[in-house]
Amino acid sequence: MLIKLTGGTVYDPKHGVNGEIRDIFVQDGRVVEKPSDLKINAEYDLSGKVVMAGAIDLHTHIGGGKVNIARTLMPEDHRADPVYRTELTRSGCGHAAPSTLTTGYRYTEMGYTAGFEPALLPVNARQAHMEMGDIPIMDKGGYVMLGNDDFLLRLMAEKKDQKVINDYVAWTMNAAQAIGVKVVNPGGVNAFKFNQRKLDLDENGPHYGVSPREILLCLATAVKELGVTHPLHVHGCNLGVPGNKDTTLDTIRGFEGLPAHLTHVQFHSYGKEGDFKFSSGAAEIAELVNANKNISIDVGQVMFGQTVTASGDNMRQFANNHHANPKKWVCMDIECDEGCGVVPFKYKDQNFVNALQWAIGLETFLLVDDPWRVFLTTDHPNGAPFTTYPHLIRLLMDKSFRQDMLHTINPSAAAMTTLGSIDREYSLYEIAVMTRAGAARILGLQDRGHLGAGAAADITVYTSQEDKQAMFEKPDFVFKDGELVVRDGEIVKVTWGTTHVVRPEFDNGIEKLLKPYFDRYLTMKLGNFKIYNDEITENGRGSLTEHPLQFGGAA
Amino acid sequence: MTEISDDGVFEEVPSPFCGVGTDDLAIKVVGKTVKVIKNGCRVNTPAFEQPMGDIRPRVEGKKVSLKAAIDRAAELLRAAQLPLFGGLATDVNGMRETLALADRTGAVVDNMNFEKALRNFRVVHDTGWINTTLAEVKNRCDLLLVVGCDIEALFPRFFERYLWTEDTMFLDDPGHRTVVYLGKGPSGSASKSPSGKAAKVLACPDSDLPGVLAVLRALVKGNSLDITGVGGISVGELQRLAVQLKKARYGVVTWAAGAMEFPNADLTVETISKMIKELNVTTRCSGLPLGGKNGDQTSYQVAGWQTGFPSRINFSAGFPDYDPYLNSIDSRLADGSGDLLLWISAFDAEATPPTTKLPRIVLGRSGMKFEKEPDVFIPIGTPGIDHSGHAYRTDNVVALRLPKLRESSLPATSDILAAIEQSLRET
Repeated sequence: MLIKLTGGTVYDPKHGVNGEIRDIFVQDGRVVEKPSDLKINAEYDLSGKVVMAGAIDLHTHIGGGKVNIARTLMPEDHRADPVYRTELTRSGCGHAAPSTLTTGYRYTEMGYTAGFEPALLPVNARQAHMEMGDIPIMDKGGYVMLGNDDFLLRLMAEKKDQKVINDYVAWTMNAAQAIGVKVVNPGGVNAFKFNQRKLDLDENGPHYGVSPREILLCLATAVKELGVTHPLHVHGCNLGVPGNKDTTLDTIRGFEGLPAHLTHVQFHSYGKEGDFKFSSGAAEIAELVNANKNISIDVGQVMFGQTVTASGDNMRQFANNHHANPKKWVCMDIECDEGCGVVPFKYKDQNFVNALQWAIGLETFLLVDDPWRVFLTTDHPNGAPFTTYPHLIRLLMDKSFRQDMLHTINPSAAAMTTLGSIDREYSLYEIAVMTRAGAARILGLQDRGHLGAGAAADITVYTSQEDKQAMFEKPDFVFKDGELVVRDGEIVKVTWGTTHVVRPEFDNGIEKLLKPYFDRYLTMKLGNFKIYNDEITENGRGSLTEHPLQFGGAA
Repeated sequence: MTEISDDGVFEEVPSPFCGVGTDDLAIKVVGKTVKVIKNGCRVNTPAFEQPMGDIRPRVEGKKVSLKAAIDRAAELLRAAQLPLFGGLATDVNGMRETLALADRTGAVVDNMNFEKALRNFRVVHDTGWINTTLAEVKNRCDLLLVVGCDIEALFPRFFERYLWTEDTMFLDDPGHRTVVYLGKGPSGSASKSPSGKAAKVLACPDSDLPGVLAVLRALVKGNSLDITGVGGISVGELQRLAVQLKKARYGVVTWAAGAMEFPNADLTVETISKMIKELNVTTRCSGLPLGGKNGDQTSYQVAGWQTGFPSRINFSAGFPDYDPYLNSIDSRLADGSGDLLLWISAFDAEATPPTTKLPRIVLGRSGMKFEKEPDVFIPIGTPGIDHSGHAYRTDNVVALRLPKLRESSLPATSDILAAIEQSLRET
């Protein structure tokens, strides 16, 4: 099967292709060089169309226990957005915490072909994979959460060698079928179980006497030494606390050159200036990110409207429970492993704090120079549902639209942001970097996020439009692994994507430490804890794709 | 991973039956006979050992081929205007296919125990809660308050596995934990500490639990009350309990929604949950809802992620329409608003379908017996015995990987439902 995509305007940043008219050939699910034998089975005339690789969301809560709690908490939100069955697609629910099937359809209809669940609790990773196993079309993967688990903190308190910690991290990544490692409020979620309500970067946590900074360094070192491409994925201390920008600046400096990805940095970029003791720290953080090439970020943009926040950070979610709208929320401590907190939010444009959060996110996007190190996220659904991405892209690409929006928000917040003075508009090339090439690079997906020969044929085709929101809402075509899955913004075929993993090596001797720990303190046998490959592949839809490790150098 | 030793014994077998995630059973399989030889209990041993019955499907009482049974089931479903899918006791894959078929046929789905589970779900829909999981209980819980539930009768190994453990990470002596019962007292001695300290029992009739919990919550909040007692329990006793909860470093309040057989029990779960939230202003305290036997949580979880709703979903209008009252299968059978019953019960041969005049298709654990023969009966395998699968335990966090223990040739629920759906798709 040979497909020719003819004459589209191609944006392929990995190969430096910036809006050039090119033909693309697809054979058996892969992009290929122009074949000498030209028997074309299908041809699409893409003249006047914009062609990019399928988009990749590197931080989106699409599977796992807290997402299902969020769904259960919000029946009224589902009722407002029922999703009907079609000949091809299953019914479901939409809006803030959509059903798995709807998640796959809606992402794909926007031209996204992969999404990564950032909060795979080791003990709940099986559920996350089962939920993601019911997300059609898209590829998926997850980052396993460490840094509040008692086993790691015990190792650190006992001053175990970094090699032992590396073995444990690698063992856990394998057991949980992960592609990365995430840390959430390092040590803080654990401290909350001892009734501590705040844990600063250099404060020693209870019981173990280990500080968040030590945890961050320990895990970032492990990730690097194990050869995992995706840097440690960091949800830092003090999320949402006015003045937390200083923590974030300290956190960045503290990595001392080690690779790290700071996630939903908007929620960690707050000063405490002004009448309301709440201000933007985006400029300072962007400046430091610009100066530190080891650091990447995603934004976690807030968009106005109803949503539900689902986080592993139950310490901070508990602290924010009085913001719950509607007034209901769930917190959990989980299995000496991690925790979670689920709190519905309604971000309002006339609320000073919410409006400034919106502006801080946009400032961050616009002040970080290098689109290869800043990624487009709303921390779905925490800042907003992923379905707001086209609107967000328009805000980034269209200054006059942004100015118009700025004039509608809470005036005190508008007065506190420099947004109005920022002229930058993202180009299509830069959008392709941050949503495709950059995301693939930082995850180590060598055959995704680009359109060169050998790439998986995940391809999105848009009609170029002035209104970028309209353009990105409804692609003309989406191909997944070479199959046409979306035409004119609607699903035309349902396929099943793969699960991306890495498999860092470890000394199996680590099980000599783990087995007695499981037997004495946990509630599952070690062997029952591990997720085996057949659990993901046995239903005939799922598959696993292992990516190479990478030693000695940047991506 | 469940491992088989040289003498044909499976070790570290997880149970889908008990709800509390025991995964240390040793099971010997000889031919089709399953025997629990280590770490059994009153719930798990009989559940694993239910004798296997006939494996041949039946249509109108006559033994037929599997294909004939599937075809007949498809034919009945095709003719139905509003099929009702009840039971829903199966594994994750079984539930996935149940929902796929319900979506295709416009059915109403309802788990056999949802009436009880709704007492918890209403609280999650309306107010939320703070909960914990079994390993946190094991390592941190210094005060366990048991509300309206004789734990050991329902969950025989709960105390042994999660409370009176040899080790914990954070308690000096796990034997020094305090256990208090409110409402029902314990039927046996499992709640007695290893050193012989009996649990304190503040007994009251179940029907007084709403009032007792309301008073306890008021006392936790520091309100003064103009009464001396409630439900036969003195306010002084409840005041002491309120102080204990406030002083506990990691209190856990547990209940079993299934045991709360009194009107508006959801409001009592809500009172408990709100009290726990209020306790967390100064200390830590968490809820631990107990339940999840025979795949209950599994069915709610999968329905949750595929539709947004836990159960009682009507697909007939083309989307998942959740109504926790209208879509009760029992009430729909009573008011005659369905025209076919598909019953799924893979864990317990005794969990039989309700009798009704409607046509009945039953996917039941092999050995199931009926007062009235269903139109179609397809004996199915039990997840964790006849085929591998996944099942959730009570805390909704841990999904157990269930192994296949014997060669029975009994099909999985998901295989049958997928075949029925395929048959419908082809016509």
